[in-house]
Parts: sequence; structure tokens; C-alpha cells
Amino acid sequence: MSSEAIVDIAQAEQGTSLWQDAWLRLRRNRLALFGLGVLTLFIVIALLTPWIAPYGYAEQDLDLGASAPSATHWLGTDIFGRDLLTQIMYGGRISLAVGFVATAVALLIGVTWGAVAGYAGGRIDAVMMRFVDILYALPFMIFIVLLMVVFGRNLLLLFLAIGAVEWLTMARIMRSQVQTLRQQEFVEAAVSLGLAPSTIIRRHLIPNALGPIIVYTTLTIPSVMLLEAFLSFLGLGIQPPQTSWGLLISYGAETMEEYPWLLLFPGMALTLTLFSLNFLGDGLRDALDVRGSRD
Amino acid sequence: MALLEVHNLGVSFVTRNGTNKAVDDVSFSVESGQITAIIGESGSGKSVACYSLLGLIPQPPGRIDGGRALFGGRDLLQLGERELRKIRGRDIAMVFQDPMTCLNPYMTVGKQLMEPLRYHQNVSPADARRRALELLEEVGIRDPESTIDNYPHQFSGGMRQRVMIAMALINEPQLLIADEPTTALDVTIQAQILQLIAQLQRKRDIGVIFISHDLAVVADIADQIVVMQKGKIVESGDRTGIFQQAQHPYTQKLLSAIPADSKHSELLPAEPLIRVRELCTWFSQGHKQPPLQAVNKVSFDIRRGEVLGLVGESGSGKSTIGRSILRLVPVTSGQVDFDGTDVTALQGRELKKMRRRMQIIFQDPFASLNPRMTVYDTLAEPLLLHGIETRKTVAQGVLKLMDDVGLARHFVRKYPHEFSGGQRQRIAIGRALATRPEFIVADEPVSALDVTIQAQILDLMQALGREYGLTMLFISHDLAVVRHLADRILVLHQGEVVETGSGQELFEHPQQDYTKSLLASIPGRSLLQ
Repeated sequence: MSSEAIVDIAQAEQGTSLWQDAWLRLRRNRLALFGLGVLTLFIVIALLTPWIAPYGYAEQDLDLGASAPSATHWLGTDIFGRDLLTQIMYGGRISLAVGFVATAVALLIGVTWGAVAGYAGGRIDAVMMRFVDILYALPFMIFIVLLMVVFGRNLLLLFLAIGAVEWLTMARIMRSQVQTLRQQEFVEAAVSLGLAPSTIIRRHLIPNALGPIIVYTTLTIPSVMLLEAFLSFLGLGIQPPQTSWGLLISYGAETMEEYPWLLLFPGMALTLTLFSLNFLGDGLRDALDVRGSRD
Repeated sequence: MALLEVHNLGVSFVTRNGTNKAVDDVSFSVESGQITAIIGESGSGKSVACYSLLGLIPQPPGRIDGGRALFGGRDLLQLGERELRKIRGRDIAMVFQDPMTCLNPYMTVGKQLMEPLRYHQNVSPADARRRALELLEEVGIRDPESTIDNYPHQFSGGMRQRVMIAMALINEPQLLIADEPTTALDVTIQAQILQLIAQLQRKRDIGVIFISHDLAVVADIADQIVVMQKGKIVESGDRTGIFQQAQHPYTQKLLSAIPADSKHSELLPAEPLIRVRELCTWFSQGHKQPPLQAVNKVSFDIRRGEVLGLVGESGSGKSTIGRSILRLVPVTSGQVDFDGTDVTALQGRELKKMRRRMQIIFQDPFASLNPRMTVYDTLAEPLLLHGIETRKTVAQGVLKLMDDVGLARHFVRKYPHEFSGGQRQRIAIGRALATRPEFIVADEPVSALDVTIQAQILDLMQALGREYGLTMLFISHDLAVVRHLADRILVLHQGEVVETGSGQELFEHPQQDYTKSLLASIPGRSLLQ
């Protein structure tokens, strides 16, 4: 074999997969990198909170009451004299965990369910999608209250419950994507090569449906965080002295005229997360679209 | 004086990667009552030249570098948007390539026809309707009274193109620009539309610019022919001059790309590789509706090593037959024997083994490749799936395939969208060959390609067919292409076989009326004889 041919083979072997290509493209997108950086920072802080938080999360100073930001309490304190920075840090643990875990659950179920239904078509599709319709019709509050009553209040269960509601839309988006894609000839070519349906879904359908899924995912994470706040507010989620960004915001909103910082700082934490997610999501969508420029 | 005189037209596109001269120093003229054909491959600037006359290219990135275009004593290139709008649709009208996308699906055909009339002239609704009806009749729409209020989807492709032509003619323009008006149509419909354009042009004594990539299409109707390549005119002249004494090598190449008669008819073993018996493939059309009988009781054999051509218009069931043999669509009844095994009964592991032996090449090289897989991934997948190569040797296997289909090795990491149509079709052929199949269904593999590329791909398929010892079912609506390649031809009409025979038999002594009408509609037929 000539040396040239060996070089060719080496080049072919060391080559890049879709995900490696996507990462190369993502690295050139400054906003997406910013988003990724902020999210990583927040996650690291959340993980380290028990060791780096300035105060204990249940520590009160009732004499102090609500105080504006100062040198001892950088972001101020709430009406019970609890340090707001500490609260935001502990709240971030819950909010980020709910956001990411519940969305991951929704992604996993929704994408699989939608892809299978869309690819199978016919009766299987009809049955699977009617099941989705029935769950849609079920008022989800009742569903969650029921879960909480039967299994008791449990953080993990909360994640699962929210995820179990959010996957419905994901499944519908995925199904409609797959339905369009599976009529394309490259899918037929894959069938005629003898690929198994699961491989076709995994290798040929899902990568081509990622764009809308990623965009929807970045929208789901913040909406899940707000949903958790709503549930907690009703007493179905987490309870004080535990807290989350959603809860902090809803308490802050009640007292925003006297103590605006109680709304401002938790709100900023959530907004920053949201922005970062959107930047990262947009960046990922572009990066995964191989038709984008490669130069 | 000529109706339109274009002198030294230059158009560029300014992009980030530099300036691209799309049209360079192009001059031609169009006389009233004559058809001027502009021929060239995609990217040759033929459409850009005409669009720029009407201010229809976006500026920027487009830029008119210079030249004059005299129409009725005025220079079109100097006119402002407002004046151009008055000329567009009234004095100069256009017919586009794709009749499916050029009509608004939410507006009735009648409304769309009357729109340009009411925009350019002060006509009462009743008069406009009367004019629209007359025109529909003139372009050959049967019973216009009852169809004028229909929506575009209720018309067939050919009928829609007729509507488009009527729309272009409604303001009685002096010049008609037809941009590949028949490329998206079946060959029999194409012949009718070509005839219609020629006939209307004579009757109304208007000038026509006919843009096409296919020299054969315009062979029968053009008076003047302008051949363009890479933005420049390489040759121009009247029809007989071009066809008989083409000077420029590019024109000669275009001429030779018109598929000629095939010469090979070696003796083949009588033993059939594929036996199709009473094949029926019906599609359900929803509740309480009779099923669509796409393929109805079709029987034929394909001998080992034979290339069987399958011709027919769209809707004749020819693609469905190919897909039925490969089990890509469920077969309703009948038998398909491949080397003695009934394919229709296979399941699971047996079916997967069989799939390795039969492959397919599709028409549209843009839809038949997964846009998110590199050439490497696309070609490696079948190699690994069927254990033809191991993880260690697969890279060599991929490169070998690329060599076989004539793709440069350094393309291995590129994605499909980075290739041209012909190159993509080469990738698709490589994928089909990867499993070392014995039988290939080629479903219109060249219809979406430029003619010169067509010839290359056909040559490649012929060469590979011999090298790999392939048996092939070659599906096409283009008789000339099939005759070039096939040992035997099957003519299909509405799901049934109407005639079968060797290319020569069919071309010289067609028995059935349908075959005769197919033959009569081959463009450039006069050239073949």
C-alpha cells in the first residue's frame, strides 16, 4: 500500500462524529459559550453550597429582620433575618435539580415515545398517541396531588411527576418530526440496507429531529422551574425552611414594595439561568445543523 | 429591429468569499415570433441573465456590472422598480419550472388568473372572468367553466403548468420567458407543453426565451440557440447550425449527452434471478374507499445479469413494483421469487439476509442521504451491519467504495449538502454497492440531474454493473435513457404491463397505442434517427 493511501485511511479513521463536529462549531459561538459557562458555574456553586454558603440555610436572626444588602449580608436578609445569598444558593440546588432532572425525564420518555409512535405509524401510533391525549386531558394538578397523597411528599417523586407531565408535548413534537422524516428516501434506503427499526430511529431519525427538540428543551427547563415554584406555593412541593428560586420569587413578589431586593436577586438568578439556557440551546441547534457554515 | 436586444450583460454576486461573476459579457437577441433557447447546466448563469433583465435578482448580493437590454426602445437595466413592475407581467411574462410551488394553494385558479389582469389593466370582474375562461380554453384546459373555481391541488402537474402559461399570457405580453417549464413534468406531458408553447407563440407572434438544461428538449421548437457555460456564451446560432455544425467542445458534449441507442445485447443465461408472479400492491385510501391499485397482477422475470427497463408515467406503478420486490412496501398478493426464495414471506433474520442481496438507488440524491451523516458514516454503516468489514478494516472498505464510484478520497468527512447532485448520486450508488448486492433497483437515478451529469452517472452504472455482475431493474419515465441501458423494456400503464420487448423492438415496432404515444413524446426524437 502506498504511503498516500495510508494517510487517507488514517484521515478517515481519526475523523469526527456528528457530536464532535457540533462541539467544534459550538466553540466558535461566543454567546453559547457564555451560556455554557454561566450554567456550569451555577451547577458547581449548587454542588458546593453546603461548604461555601456564608450561613446555614435555617439560620435566622429575628432581631435583624429584613435588611438591605450590606457587608455582612451581601444580598440582604428576608423578614426572618435569613441571609438571602445563602437562600439563593440553596434554592438553586433544588431549582436546577428539578429543572434538569425533570426535563431529562421528559426528554427520555417523550423522544422515545414520539419516535416510536411516528415510525411505527398505523394502529400502534394511534394507540400511543391516544394515550398521550388522555394524559393531556387529565388535569395535571389532580395527577400530582394524587401522586403526593399516595406516595407521600418526596423530592424525587416531584421530579418524576413534573417530568411525566412535560414529556407529552415532547412526544408530539418528536412524532410529527419523525413522520415527515420517515417518508424521506434515506430512511427507505436504511430499511433496504437491513437496519433494525431501533437503529434507524437512533441513527437516522433522532439526529435529524434534534433542532426543534433542543429548542423545546431549553424552553422546558425554565417552565419546569416555575412549575415547581407553583407546586411548592400550594404546599405540594418543597417546604420551608427548604427553598427554591421559584419560592423565593413568589415570597419576594409579596413584599416587593417594602423589600425589593427579595424579588430582585432571586429573579436575577433565574433570569440569568434562562438566558444562558436559551443562548446555549440556540448555539446547540446551529452546531448540530451540519448545513451551517463549516469554514 | 429585434424585440429584445441584450448587449454585454454582466451580473455578479458579491459574497463573503469574494465576487462571483454569474453572467459575463453576454449578448443575445430575441425576435418577435421566434423562440430563443438558452441552454446550460445549473450554475451556468442562464436563469440569472434573464432574471436580471426584470430586476428579479436580489441586490445585494446581486450586482449588475454593466451592459444594455433594449426592449421597446428602453434599456431595462436603467429602469426603476416602479417602471419595471409595469413591464413585468404585462409586456414581459414568465413561466417558472415548478408548477407545484408557483401557484398559491389557498386561492382558486380563476382568482389567480384574474389577478395580473386586474392589476395591470382596468378590467371589470365579469370581463376578467370571461378573458380567463377564454385563455384556459386556449391553453387546453378541458371544460374551463367548471374548473376555473377549483384550487391548484385539484389539477395535475401538466394542467397546472398550462394554468401558469395562461397566467403569463393573460396580459398579452410581447415576450415570454419560460424557465425550465417542463423539467418537473412527465415526458408525455412535457411534449404536450412544448407543443403548446410553440403553438401559442406562432399564433400570437410573440418572442419566447426558453431556458433549459436539456438540448434535446428544445431541439424541436427553438429557432435560435444560445449555449452558456460558467456565465459566458460559448456558442450561439440557429438550430440547424448548432445541431449540425457545433464548434465548441462544450456544445458537442451536450449533444453527445443525448442518450443514443445502446449497442449491447449479449446472450444472457435463461435462468431468471427474479420471478415476479401476479404481483398486486394496493394502498388503502382510508375508510370505505376502494384501495388504490398501484400495481395490478404484474408478472415478469429478470434474468441474471440482465438490465430490465421499466417505463411509464408517474402514477403508473413503476416505483411501487421496485419497492415491492425489495419489501419496502407491503405486498397485497402475488409472489416475488429471488433466486428461488419467495421474498414476500421472509421475516426477521432471513429478511435481513435477503436485504443484503438487493439494494436500491433513488431518484432524488438530496433526499436519499441522511443529511447528518458524513460520507464515511453513510458508507461504513452497511459494511459493518452485514459484517463485510470489521471495525479495523472498515476505513479501507469505505475508501475502496469511494474509488469505485469515482469520488475523491479527501471527501470522506464531508456531509451530503457539500456535494453536487451528481456527486451525491455517486455516494448513493456507493451505499447500494456496499452490501455487495446481486440485484439493484435503480429508481429514476438520473432524472434529477443535469444532462451531462446524467451521461456520467449512466456510464458509471453501466461500468459498475459489469464489474459487480449486477442484475438491475432500471425504472425511468425517460425512454431514451432506458433504451441506452436496458436489455429488455417493460412498459407499464396504470399498474399493468402493456408491452414488453427489447429496446429495438419497442422503438421500431411498438404494438400498443400507449407505447406509441410514449415514443412520440421523446424530446429531440428527430435527432435520434
